Amino acid sequence: MTDSVAVVYDRLREEERLLFDAFERVGVPCTPLYAATIAIELGAAAPAVVLQRCVSQWRGLSLARAYQAAGSVVLNRPEVIEVCGDKLATSAALVRHGVPTPRTSVAVDRDAALAEAERLGYPVVIKPLVGSWGRLVARLESRAAAEALLEYKEVLGGPEHKVHYLQEYIDKPGRDVRAFVIGDEVVAAIYRTSDDWITNTARGGVASNCPLTEDLIAVTLGAARAVGGGILAIDLVESARGLLVIEVNHTMEFRNSITTTGVDIPGLIARHAAAQLELVA
Amino acid sequence: MQLIDTPHGRLTLDPATLMLGELLVTDEGAELEVVGLEPLRFELAPEEAEDWGE
Repeated sequence: MTDSVAVVYDRLREEERLLFDAFERVGVPCTPLYAATIAIELGAAAPAVVLQRCVSQWRGLSLARAYQAAGSVVLNRPEVIEVCGDKLATSAALVRHGVPTPRTSVAVDRDAALAEAERLGYPVVIKPLVGSWGRLVARLESRAAAEALLEYKEVLGGPEHKVHYLQEYIDKPGRDVRAFVIGDEVVAAIYRTSDDWITNTARGGVASNCPLTEDLIAVTLGAARAVGGGILAIDLVESARGLLVIEVNHTMEFRNSITTTGVDIPGLIARHAAAQLELVA
Repeated sequence: MQLIDTPHGRLTLDPATLMLGELLVTDEGAELEVVGLEPLRFELAPEEAEDWGE
């Protein structure tokens, strides 16, 4: 076991550079580990703390499992990645823990999915189980649109495309909320505003600071606990029923949220990792 | 700074500051990923994959 924090990454994004700088600022030894160069014998010596930052979910999950087996404290734990990386698993965890979330259904057959879409009512949202940045998320306005999209899904190769994840459409006020959780604390939140119904900043959504209200903190922490906790970005929408959690991200991007919120998110992540290092020392 | 010719165009870079996984764009617009430092090696950067995300 080595007394350093390893940052495991595959694609070097702005976030990883900010994290490396942050570790240097807080005086914590940090070793960047490029995923493509890693091969681990399960149980062999490993860094005391591993911060998992791969953009590839499978790569990140696999390495998180291997480092955990080697005795490393892994941020985030593979169990958390499993839940957050699968929208159905996330929704199931949220519902099981009573966290407010849009009505969500699953169907494993095209006709059953069509019947369920009718029951939920159009427009209805369909999402891939695995994916991010709003990719392959569609708002279906009618049965004709649903039939066409489900037909495309059925002919796509992978078995995951035969599982249909449907969600009620929430008519949000042109924005959603992203809240950042580090450990047991909600450290910051942003609004993501867009003319498009998909408000991800990766898709052009504009970030602005969102005040941390009691309600936002409570719902956000509830969602974080439901998936197993860690370093997380919780996406929420404002609805007539109050705040609803849409998804939970386990390898969060924060480049657009530091200046916006005035919160040193990478610095807080580095300190959180350093605290884990002290706990295992 | 150093000029490096690749099969996908020319790169201008400072080898001392490069990191594995870094993305560089050639003068022909190709996106290359740094996959080796000693010696320097580049590969065409993969496009977004289905399991990529936050």
